[in-house]
Amino acid sequence: MTNTIADIEEADVILITGSNTSENHPVISAFVKRAVTRRGAKLIVVDPRRIKMTEFAEHWIRPNLGTDVAWINGMMHVIIKEDLHDKTFVEDRTEKFDEMKAVVEKYTPEHVESITGIPAEKLIEAARLYAQAPAGSIVYCMGITQHTTGTDNVKSLANLAMLCGNLGIRGGGVNPLRGQNNVQGACDLGGLPNVLTGYQAVDNLDAIKKMERAWNVTGLPTKPGLTVTKMVPKAHSGEIKALYIIGENPLVSDPDLNHAKKCLSNLDFLVVQDIFLTETARMADVVLPSKCFAEKDGTFSNTERRVQRVRKAVDSPGLAKDDWKITCEIATRMGYSMSYKDSETIFNELASVTPSYAGISYPRIDHEGLHWPCPTPEHPGTPILHGAQFTRGKGMFHAIEWIAPAEVADDDYPMYLTTGRVLYHYHTGTMTMKTEGLNERVPESFVEITRGDAQGMGIEDGERVTIASRRGEIQARVRISRKAVDGTVFIPFHFAQAAANKLTNAALDPISGIPELKVCAVKLSKGA
Amino acid sequence: MEQTNLMVINGNELPIEPEETILDVARRGHIDIPTLCHLKGTTPTGACRICVVEVKGARTLLPACSTPASPNMVVRTESPDVVSSRKEILRLMLSSGNHNCAVRGRDDSDWTQFQLRVAKDDDSDALCPVWGDCRLQDLAYRYQVTGEGFQGTPARYPMETVNPFIVRDFSRCILCGRCVQACNEVQVNNAISFGYRGAETKIIAAGDRPLKDSDCVFCGECVQVCPVGALVEKDVRYHVRPWETEKVRTTCSYCGVGCQLYLHVRDNRVVKVSGVDEAPNRGSLCVKGRFGFDFIASDQRLTEPLIKENGAFRKATWEEAIDLVADKLKGIRDTHGGDSIGVFTSARITNEENYIAHKFTRAVLKTNNIDHCARL
Repeated sequence: MTNTIADIEEADVILITGSNTSENHPVISAFVKRAVTRRGAKLIVVDPRRIKMTEFAEHWIRPNLGTDVAWINGMMHVIIKEDLHDKTFVEDRTEKFDEMKAVVEKYTPEHVESITGIPAEKLIEAARLYAQAPAGSIVYCMGITQHTTGTDNVKSLANLAMLCGNLGIRGGGVNPLRGQNNVQGACDLGGLPNVLTGYQAVDNLDAIKKMERAWNVTGLPTKPGLTVTKMVPKAHSGEIKALYIIGENPLVSDPDLNHAKKCLSNLDFLVVQDIFLTETARMADVVLPSKCFAEKDGTFSNTERRVQRVRKAVDSPGLAKDDWKITCEIATRMGYSMSYKDSETIFNELASVTPSYAGISYPRIDHEGLHWPCPTPEHPGTPILHGAQFTRGKGMFHAIEWIAPAEVADDDYPMYLTTGRVLYHYHTGTMTMKTEGLNERVPESFVEITRGDAQGMGIEDGERVTIASRRGEIQARVRISRKAVDGTVFIPFHFAQAAANKLTNAALDPISGIPELKVCAVKLSKGA
Repeated sequence: MEQTNLMVINGNELPIEPEETILDVARRGHIDIPTLCHLKGTTPTGACRICVVEVKGARTLLPACSTPASPNMVVRTESPDVVSSRKEILRLMLSSGNHNCAVRGRDDSDWTQFQLRVAKDDDSDALCPVWGDCRLQDLAYRYQVTGEGFQGTPARYPMETVNPFIVRDFSRCILCGRCVQACNEVQVNNAISFGYRGAETKIIAAGDRPLKDSDCVFCGECVQVCPVGALVEKDVRYHVRPWETEKVRTTCSYCGVGCQLYLHVRDNRVVKVSGVDEAPNRGSLCVKGRFGFDFIASDQRLTEPLIKENGAFRKATWEEAIDLVADKLKGIRDTHGGDSIGVFTSARITNEENYIAHKFTRAVLKTNNIDHCARL
């Protein structure tokens, strides 16, 4: 997030898109709902489903799946045409406005309606509302990113925020909600194939030299590595021979699971380090038991870039070890000694080579976490990014054309499928499904559909049906719901028994490598 | 007093900030005015009247939580009238329902019969489930009040136990409305409200249905703010007493909000979770963070390294497992190059562990093939 969670309550207008906030980030949803009900902020929800947040919205705008660039360009078209943009901000803080303007020129509300299904008048109203807000906050999640055009979608939201001068101010910002406790930290500390810790590019030779000195090694690789979504298929082709998987369950969370399973079974060697014998761990040659969060000391970085302490509360079961200890023991056994007294010692080392964390230490965050960048021990942290200038200097507009999703509905697979989570479960369910009460609330997978679509197919509420895509099929119970919209069904991906990801498309965004988990074509048939 | 932005509480001159109530000024000045219904950050209702104070020149006692502070105001927070009023309110609260803590005496009927009836209602022979963790009990002790002098009134509504997480014990509800405020103004789930009228008043969900059939999402904010034993976690009620546990502050391990929470630990086991009233969550949690902790002590946890032989796992020592992994990875690295190996680090583990995984991948495996589940 460019801004903080608390800052959402400062916004005059909040635009939520591709985030089922009240189910996936319930505590953040409370900040939004309070802004609306107690401070009179206006909410715009752009989402294909009639999610709970729409009940608090001034406008619920329902785009066809995979048409985000089109509606965002459309809003910018309206804002520029009606001269509602922040000309001072555009002039002083940005570049390439004209290139962007040239592209959005043809995204008239009528043209956008033909792509997105959003009535032209609705789009105009929403565009005016966002543009005229003194402070407008954009909140988004995987509904924006998990597309073959995920990178374009995010850049488009950044365009919109810059156009209206909504960056670097309280109550503004472009605010992605991170879906996992430490996805921010994993990115920050080098868990990405193209950057070292602190987003230092692997082909930046100065950074490489610095790390070689710090780690007392030579020959650090400078060629960018592969993303998860590329490593898995390369296991199939044999280019990847071994995988060391820590705390991840790709055999439920990856797209096109039938293929993913074939890929992993082609490996020469698979090590899985986890707290449970997950679907993925069952395929491993070696399984290493690790500690869970309640058994560890350390830090997580949350979605607002706040580095916070994790503290050990209970002893771990059996012989389970800290994840860092296991990795260090493997390294040492391979001939490179890695040995640390405790997590704080590791933190001090990482702070010394990670500029944005350099000023953070355990004593400083003992009571309250700090937002990076925090470059020095005296620095107060940075709750709001891009205050005086952007990281690259001027903010660059991107001129982006809308591209259709990789798979569209047709005669054979006439319905759209979108996937996500429900309130009562988390990701692949390995943790939440150990709590009986949560299972009681949502015991099994389901396919959410409109009454009209169900009636059209002669399907009753609660009936078991088969859902098939070009990649696989699963069975699930029908749930007729007001949340659904005609032509589109929703299935949560938590449940290994009826894994929605057997159906999803592994087509990737060419830049980020994210799969298009939010759009694919399916058909439903009676019986299971 | 010459300055006009000052007021006097118990003889102390205190500065007033705009829009502050008497309670706000007192708290800033470290003067304790007891409250029951008051909930930080929500609209004061003045419902319980425990916070009444004596304001010079006012005809009646005024609730500190909803009375605006004004310049030159002179307030006494523990005057004889105030104390007597508070005692009366506490006595009334204690005399209705099943407040069977030690401070509750009564003189209208047989004390033993009362305790036996409550024990039957509770299906437990222990005293109140929140004994020692109850604002009403604390205040009754502070003001030396028992239930004496009033006819005890039995519980009007039966207990609700049909959802998996929260027990609603109407016999101990003092109708302070904190849960209603928490649900409607803090979490804004709008699931519960005041229902019926007068002596029939009850906190209801969805036209007086069980929580599980209402808009309730089991965030448990209501449980956390309940000052008495009316709302208690089902697994905690009669199973966990606060003096048996230690609280450890940590960060939630579900989504990326990073809620600060207390793990309440007894005998090396997490038995309850509550929210910490600090940024970013200011005390709030969701159903997963508050109730989804059984996985920690699950008997399905992995406890030993496993090595697959002939298609089946066998238990192994750490030494065996580490040797095997190191040998295999070294062999593959040396034969096919580092780029033939990949590492999935994790958005679930700590920063320190991610840093170690990234160091291992680059420095030992000599590849940049490292990524995690950010995209999934």
